[in-house]
Amino acid sequence: MTDARVRFTLNGSPRSVAVEPHRTALDVLRDELGATEVKYGCGEGVCGTCTVVLDGELVSSCLLFAVQLEGAEVLTVRGLEQGGELHPLQRAFLDHGAAQCGFCTPGMILTAVELLGKNANPADAEIRHALAGNLCRCTGYQHIVEAVQYAAEKMKGKKSR
Amino acid sequence: MATAMKYIGKAMKRKEDPRLIQGLGHYVDDIALPNMHHVSFVRSPYAHAKVRSVDTTRAKAAPGVVLVLTGQDVAGVVGPVPCAAVIPDMKQATRPVLATDRVRFAGEAVAMIVATDRYAARDAADLVEVDYEPLTAVVDPEKAITNGATVIHEQYKDNVAYRWVLEGGDLKKAFDEADKVVRQRMVNQRLIPVAMETRGVMADYKPGEQKLTVWSATQIPHLLRTQVAAMLKTPEHSVHVIAPEVGGGFGSKLNVYPEEALVGYAAMKLGKPVKWIETRRENFQTAIHGRDQIDEVELAVKKGGTILGLRVKVIADLGAYYQLLTPLIPTLTGLMMCGCYKIPAARMEVIAVLTNKMSTDAYRGAGRPEATYFIERIVDCAAAELKMDPVEIRRKNFPLPKEFPYATPTGLIYDSADYQTCLDVALKKSNYKKLREEQAAARKKGRLVGIGISTYVEICAMGPSSAMPAGGWESATVRVEPTGMVNIFTGSSPHGQGQETSFAQIGADVLGLTPDEVNVVHGDTAQVPYGIGTFGSRATAVGGTAVYKSLVKVRDKLAQIAGFLMKEEPEKLVFGGHAISVKGNAKKSMAFGEAVGAAYTAKTLPPNVEPGVEATTFFEPSNFTFPFGTHVCVVEIDPETGDVKLVKYVAVDDCGNVINPLLVEGQVHGGIVQAVGQVLLEETVYDENGQLITGELTDYAIPRASDIPWIETDRTVTPSPVNPLGVKGVGEAGTIGATPALCNAVVDALTHLGVRHVDLPTKRERIWRLLHKGGKKK
Repeated sequence: MTDARVRFTLNGSPRSVAVEPHRTALDVLRDELGATEVKYGCGEGVCGTCTVVLDGELVSSCLLFAVQLEGAEVLTVRGLEQGGELHPLQRAFLDHGAAQCGFCTPGMILTAVELLGKNANPADAEIRHALAGNLCRCTGYQHIVEAVQYAAEKMKGKKSR
Repeated sequence: MATAMKYIGKAMKRKEDPRLIQGLGHYVDDIALPNMHHVSFVRSPYAHAKVRSVDTTRAKAAPGVVLVLTGQDVAGVVGPVPCAAVIPDMKQATRPVLATDRVRFAGEAVAMIVATDRYAARDAADLVEVDYEPLTAVVDPEKAITNGATVIHEQYKDNVAYRWVLEGGDLKKAFDEADKVVRQRMVNQRLIPVAMETRGVMADYKPGEQKLTVWSATQIPHLLRTQVAAMLKTPEHSVHVIAPEVGGGFGSKLNVYPEEALVGYAAMKLGKPVKWIETRRENFQTAIHGRDQIDEVELAVKKGGTILGLRVKVIADLGAYYQLLTPLIPTLTGLMMCGCYKIPAARMEVIAVLTNKMSTDAYRGAGRPEATYFIERIVDCAAAELKMDPVEIRRKNFPLPKEFPYATPTGLIYDSADYQTCLDVALKKSNYKKLREEQAAARKKGRLVGIGISTYVEICAMGPSSAMPAGGWESATVRVEPTGMVNIFTGSSPHGQGQETSFAQIGADVLGLTPDEVNVVHGDTAQVPYGIGTFGSRATAVGGTAVYKSLVKVRDKLAQIAGFLMKEEPEKLVFGGHAISVKGNAKKSMAFGEAVGAAYTAKTLPPNVEPGVEATTFFEPSNFTFPFGTHVCVVEIDPETGDVKLVKYVAVDDCGNVINPLLVEGQVHGGIVQAVGQVLLEETVYDENGQLITGELTDYAIPRASDIPWIETDRTVTPSPVNPLGVKGVGEAGTIGATPALCNAVVDALTHLGVRHVDLPTKRERIWRLLHKGGKKK
């Protein structure tokens, strides 16, 4: 099979990779580009552990072909830190014990970042609804919701991403 | 020498989290080796079939394929899946790592492909031609033990794996003297653990050194090492197992799976690294399942509510084969059947059944949720029949705190408890009286509001080795480096529970340091002394105690050295603020690091004190521990749709002393939400052909953030006398306590309509049918 060349930006850095067209974005991000923070949890777009932000929208990278990343800006949790400082949401997760095994955490944080980008003052129900596409089996979600509420407070008045 | 509690008891942020919130942790699939090959499995589509032939010709010739193994290739070469549980007179139900002449559940592995990339491995699996002769699938456990049922292990005459009875007290007297016998049949449905990380194993073999390294998402690295070495017939010291970051387990990774041995075997055969990552569908079909009991429960009571006796008949569906602890799990139900009640006589009879399904084994609670479920349900049924408040019947039957340690008719000694105070705290916190008033008002308006209570006790901190299949102790080595950094090597194997933090808190307090100066190492058999692993809510109670004892040994040794140098008696010294000082005279002190340095340079050591700073403990607990609690919850059912909404949840749990409340809270939340899953959402369905219908996340509904209300938690603290930390354990308690509370609430919402019990899950179809029985709406 002829390889296709895919060029896109990953966490602000330009990347270029040759891939067989049948490979998923998840697969190529992890195996070719070392973005192992993006996880395989189900391969069918239900669990949310493969979540990335693609041109400002949350997507399940397991449901995309790598070639669909062409020309896009892709953000993962490793792209959140600013000048060596953790993003307020990452800080909030740490402060509230919002991670246990950590497997859902990268996707969960990204979803929360996008939520706060659109809704700076979400109610409890809105947070839970936004996170409904990120499954967690460990935490029962409560510390996660607390972390998002706390981060929303902290980020109020600050310039959003 | 007392330990100052500067860090123990504090909600310290986790040391694990910086790497996890940046996505920098390494789970099995995040570790790559050069020239790594990938695995896929050919699995039986049939639940029960003869395997007439397996033709791998086309698969072997497929691009990228380097190895194809069948059952015939590995029979006698790779040992079968081990089972550590022994029940008297049990049948054998041994699983070969790859099926040979028969398959006995849909998903059983028949062949293994190793190829240069994942896609090639997956494609080649489709090229293996297996000639199956389908046989009748045995799916219903009650039908499986009737005359004429197809026998799935054909060397036997029936599908009964074993019969087991546990009895204590005078049962005949109890039932003769009863005013009422309350009876209810209850199904504790089969569940699927669904850890967010699927299973995975990578192996690398160095032929020169004859060294096999195995990375596995496991809860039991040392036990896995011993078993894999045995299965591969290779010396134990030649196998090195590493549990890297593990993405959740809940018991589903407390096992020895055929894939773990096969990947090791392939690596040895090829001399190349080999990796297998489980697909989610495989995880549903072939990682262990939980629960699956049908319980006929009878409670003998006096009309005033005193419980006289309990009799339970259990049909336990074990699946087709034994995994590590499969036969043991229903017996744990028997041990805890009396719950937190003084019941003079109790009897459980288990008929364990083999069926054409995946094996059941330990899943969060492992046999104890089943016991708590039926005792809490039957007590509610008794309350309803006796027209008593469910709170009052419970209170009436609690043993008093002074009666502890308390001996149960099942042969256990409950360590310590105060069920009464815990109940009172929960009733107050939930404003129970007001909840009942609100319920009455809502009922008048036709709303279906239910209040559920459970008062539970559970058995954990597994456990005295006499009662454990593979030992119940735990190990810890504490080693202080010459530069003063403390390393704790623990046989516990956390996969989200946070012991890198809580053990560091203990270390900091014992040695007078900060948690940043205490490094916790786990999961690596080359670094950590033999350990039993993490399951059964044992890491802190058993593992933490081993850690504590080793820390105290290190402290005592450093005190001897410091005392000798300062010309003071070691007993007079205290550790705090990075210094070892004379109690009451802080000026007479030396730096912690100085004492450590003296131990290594060894120029002025007291007589009979060896150089170095290291101590190891293998802690054998004298008993299990028994956390307990009271949960109160409120549900509201939509009368039109049958939809059950969880409106309020209050949990008061007593896990003894708490090392880190943030971690404990997390375990309680997570445990409760898994119970919400069992009660409201989750259902494992095998059709009559043994096909797993609920084999994807789209079909098997685990709770989402939007399914859960705010959970209010509180605690009482009744230290356990079993270990010096006073810790009981809490990893499974939330699930155990919440399942009956939730079900009791659903029944309570419908009780005025004549409903006495609802089986799980209380999905809306089931409730709707109850509400619309006979075409008429109740």
